[in-house]
Amino acid sequence: MNSIAVIDYGMGNLRSVEKAVEHVAGPSARVEVTSDPAVVAGADRVVFPGQGAMPDCMRELELRGLRPAVLEAAARKPFLGICIGQQMLFEHSQEGDVAGLGVFAGEVRRFPEAAMHAPDGSRLKVPHMGWNRVRQAKPHALWAGIEDDARFYFVHSYYVDPRDADLVAGTTGYGLSFTSAVARANIFAVQFHPEKSAEAGLQLLRNFLAWQP
Amino acid sequence: MLAKRIIPCLDVNAGRVVKGVNFVELRDAGDPVEVARRYDDQGADEITFLDITASSDARDIILHVVEQVAEQVFIPLTVGGGVRTVDDVRRLLNAGADKVSINTAAVNNPQVVADASGKVGSQCIVVAIDAKQVEPGRWEVFTHGGRNPTGLDAVAWARQVESLGAGEILLTSMDRDGTKNGFDLGLTRAVSDAVRIPVIASGGVGNLSHLADGVSEGRADAVLAASIFHFGEHTVREAKELMRARGIEVRL
Repeated sequence: MNSIAVIDYGMGNLRSVEKAVEHVAGPSARVEVTSDPAVVAGADRVVFPGQGAMPDCMRELELRGLRPAVLEAAARKPFLGICIGQQMLFEHSQEGDVAGLGVFAGEVRRFPEAAMHAPDGSRLKVPHMGWNRVRQAKPHALWAGIEDDARFYFVHSYYVDPRDADLVAGTTGYGLSFTSAVARANIFAVQFHPEKSAEAGLQLLRNFLAWQP
Repeated sequence: MLAKRIIPCLDVNAGRVVKGVNFVELRDAGDPVEVARRYDDQGADEITFLDITASSDARDIILHVVEQVAEQVFIPLTVGGGVRTVDDVRRLLNAGADKVSINTAAVNNPQVVADASGKVGSQCIVVAIDAKQVEPGRWEVFTHGGRNPTGLDAVAWARQVESLGAGEILLTSMDRDGTKNGFDLGLTRAVSDAVRIPVIASGGVGNLSHLADGVSEGRADAVLAASIFHFGEHTVREAKELMRARGIEVRL
């Protein structure tokens, strides 16, 4: 049986993630929202979501003693980071000047005010909220059945800037081109919300459940 | 490029979708899950539920509605209507809402916007502003369906809720609501130009062209409509096709 742990560190509602994964997993899988490191350690696959502010997320993660379980999962099993869950994999965030988990080298940056202009000259708003395109920067099992430049739902004011360009799996344009998906070995992580991205998002989750990195 | 959003709005009364006919009679319009799913299939970018349940005994029913919809519809859900406290916000988010809209309570106690966004994040907090024109180029905020004036200038209030931590503004023209004459484009543009958070235009949509006008002339980031979609006059997809033909970026 495919068991999927959705890591819960007390920052907001994980029901949407849970229900979307259950929806694509079918009855043969077990989806568990958990803050128990032992459950994370025992799962076949791990989803690492996140919302709100990254300093709060890091603090709550530490308070629950989940750092070792997250790092262990990120080192060896199929691992999907979503939104702040993606940002936390990096070394450092400008949001609250906080350190991340440092799985990947790079910085989490705020959309720079100076770049927030559309091609027609109008001002772009922050947070970047709504449906935007994701250009697939490299082939990957999680893009299977999803057309290049498909739209996904975003809501965020910060984005990841990986030091290693090979990490980039997807990019999105919003004033500037930013990294909207990263991938390496057993890790895939996205800035957008697949659980809120209609069919394209469900397909990505389906691909994650079938993925054999 | 970011797509402009089309958001169907559903009025929910004691767990059922209702349609107002000439603002008098409320007709049952079905099960919220079914209706939400239909809009999702048509390509709606989000769905907004407005809880109009009057009886306080029946108020928790909306939580079950949100739970059921969130299990089956995988696009963002916003819920508003009678949200007063941070606890109300949390309960709706825990039920599966992605955003919660606060209206009268924000006017009565602006601190609730700051408290709620501090607790759950700006991205989850929409402030709904109902405005009426009081002189050319000036709009005042009203509450209780346009009955109670507040003395607040709509543009100034929009800036204030932005600084309090609202992540988005749902802007309804009470002059246009229900008229089918189109959005108040002057109001929409004045507010949209004044803030750096997204603005959803609402109130007055009578045809698909009005939706496109809200974006191109009102500079709204999203447009909300109820009746033109409910009565089967138009689908969300038709609206998007027209917007695309007018050069507006949409998700199709």
